[in-house]
Amino acid sequence: MSINRREFLKIAGISLLGFGGASAVKKHLMGDNWVEASEVLRSPDALTAQQWAMVVDVRKITTMNDYKKIVEACHSIHNVPDFRNPKDEIKWIWKDTFEHTFPTSGHPYMEEGIEEKPFLLLCNHCENPPCVRVCPTKATFKSKDGITMVDFHRCIGCRFCMAACPYGARSFNWRDPRPFIKKTNPEFPTRTKGVVEKCNFCAERLAKGLEPACVEASNGAMVFGDLKDPDSEVRRILRTHYTIVRKPELGTRPSVYYVIGG
Amino acid sequence: MLEKALTGSRRYWLWICVLLALSGIGFIAYLRQFTYGLGITGMSRDVTWGLYIGQFTFLVGVAASGVMLVLPYYLHNYKKFGKITILGEFMAVAAVTMCVLFIFVDMGQPMRIMNVMLHPTPNSIMFWDSVVLLGYLMLNIIIGWTVLGAERKEVPPPSWVKPLIYLSIAWAPSIHTVTAFLYAGLPGRHFWLTAIMAARFLASAFASGPALLILLCFIIRRTTRFDPGKEAIQTLGKIVTYFMITNVFFFGLEVFTAFYSQIPGHMHSFEYLYAGLEEHRVLVPLMWTSAVLAIVAVILLINPATRKNEITLGLASVAVFLSLWIDKGFGLVIGGFVPNPFETVTEYWPTLPETLITIGVWAAGFLILTVLYKVAISVKEELA
Amino acid sequence: MYDGSKIIAGLIVFVGLFTFPFLYNMGKASAKPEPKIDTPVIQQLAEKKCVEPKSFMRAEHMKLLNEWRDSAIRKAKRVYVGAEGKEYTISLQNTCMKCHSNKKKFCDECHNYMAVKPYCWDCHLEPKEKKL
Repeated sequence: MSINRREFLKIAGISLLGFGGASAVKKHLMGDNWVEASEVLRSPDALTAQQWAMVVDVRKITTMNDYKKIVEACHSIHNVPDFRNPKDEIKWIWKDTFEHTFPTSGHPYMEEGIEEKPFLLLCNHCENPPCVRVCPTKATFKSKDGITMVDFHRCIGCRFCMAACPYGARSFNWRDPRPFIKKTNPEFPTRTKGVVEKCNFCAERLAKGLEPACVEASNGAMVFGDLKDPDSEVRRILRTHYTIVRKPELGTRPSVYYVIGG
Repeated sequence: MLEKALTGSRRYWLWICVLLALSGIGFIAYLRQFTYGLGITGMSRDVTWGLYIGQFTFLVGVAASGVMLVLPYYLHNYKKFGKITILGEFMAVAAVTMCVLFIFVDMGQPMRIMNVMLHPTPNSIMFWDSVVLLGYLMLNIIIGWTVLGAERKEVPPPSWVKPLIYLSIAWAPSIHTVTAFLYAGLPGRHFWLTAIMAARFLASAFASGPALLILLCFIIRRTTRFDPGKEAIQTLGKIVTYFMITNVFFFGLEVFTAFYSQIPGHMHSFEYLYAGLEEHRVLVPLMWTSAVLAIVAVILLINPATRKNEITLGLASVAVFLSLWIDKGFGLVIGGFVPNPFETVTEYWPTLPETLITIGVWAAGFLILTVLYKVAISVKEELA
Repeated sequence: MYDGSKIIAGLIVFVGLFTFPFLYNMGKASAKPEPKIDTPVIQQLAEKKCVEPKSFMRAEHMKLLNEWRDSAIRKAKRVYVGAEGKEYTISLQNTCMKCHSNKKKFCDECHNYMAVKPYCWDCHLEPKEKKL
């Protein structure tokens, strides 16, 4: 039997399709249920919400020590490295001045002393996050609790999210972070070079029924709760105090609120 | 046809060797970046994109501008471009390849780049950018190769290419529009958040690409027996003229909106780029070089005598190309990141490894361009 | 035959390059991997059972880990119910490696033999082990 090139290619093509089809069918049949009866669920202890939110009461964080304790609580459990240079810097929560935190809200004749006040900054876990919109791999996404998560396994390090975030909340691992972690927490992973990271509202603690580490360390200056639950502590404070968010004009709807004065 | 790239003069091989050497150096520098991480570049937490993405943006424009040769010939039957459309198509192939390489070297986790295809995300402009770029690359390779093959056999090109050619004409502006959307849809980056970003991109692309084509035509005429044609070059000159004027006009629109409105966020990036913010003025000399080159180019191009004189036209083309390379390959990207979201300034300047990698990618692109042009021109020399 | 010598020389070079990996490794058989589970935590277990049967884990652990990864991070579901109905916290560092604290003898043994390099440990911390 002799076949010409055209026929050979035809047969080869069809068989290739056949193989592909067969494996697709197999995958479909086996699907996600390849371990019979196994399932995944949420722990009954887990704290859940529709949209986690935070209120930072700036009046209650007065000394350098207050804010240092909060930052340290976060950075130590999350294995955040300390590079000691602004170029490689990685931070999840940090302090800055009013002028830098709310660059469009100030004026030259502000209340005395406000310039010295430390403002805590972290990811706003926006309800309408631009970083999630631009991510080409869904590595950054909104969890069903309203947390803006980063899946370090999937991030390709394109840094589009860093260009999109109007709050400078994201850091990139410009180099291997491990040598710069003072003391590693064996319960939490580190990151590797080439991925973006930021605050995760302590998703790993919420799963165990614990509040975020910063809230715990803040001595009541930071309050955490469900924005969509009218009875939550967060909503109670928002109802009874004048609060502001960073850059509200951008329509990102930040979930971190600040009580400034009064 | 590829075998035609395997025979050539000593000068041809010398040029190939230079390009290979430069790509090799770039590759070695890339290996260092691969092991150390992107911290080897001048980029930082505040300026997260630099030279790589700048080159990518500029080269998408160069790639799109191939249509400036294809469109007049196929839609308006402008015969003078008939024998050089291939130069536009092959330039596009080389430019898109460079774009892909620049994106690749900019990735923090290059081994995971297939995630873009494995987890397709239609709401991400970057996903669409990769789709349109790869599509445009395929279109130009197929069209260029088929039409050239037919020309070599002295038969008309097969009828199925025509629809592809029309598609590629519509496709060309799309690649640069989508690239502009990477920038123009980000809240909080005032410098980029402008509705005429895509229009500005296209104007600068259709000036810088044809300017490069004019220069390539001059080189081809000097080094080979193929003459792209005086009139074709003059028409390209007019195309560069109109689009360069449009580009300068669009830039003026941006400046007007920023400074007449007096909104600080809209003015800051311009102030940083052209005057410096406080002691931060690293980019000022570069941006003024770009501005002066643009003015010189426009004067040389508008004046019919200097546009028709091939020496001054050549100078004008160099000026256009350099001016827009600085403006788009550097200023546009860095300007968007300065000042940062806290209204403070972190400056950026590329490092040596970063520069070597950039040169390496350009060399690889010119290697592809040289080989493709060698094939195309050998075919044309045979027929002549 | 035109250029016969060149063709033959080229063929020899090609065959040489092609067979190099085989020739290079000839006679250097690696020892058969024998992963160990003799860690203190496992020794104390009444029933020495992983989250799923051994045969399944041996063949499918990488898929299970991928599933765990997506479940914990992307679906916020951090509890795994095994086929026998027992519940486990989904965590490589805090569940898998708490028992299998001998990464070198348990993970690396096979991975090295199979020449696979999972990137888990770029980020996830290995349990502290005494030097072997």
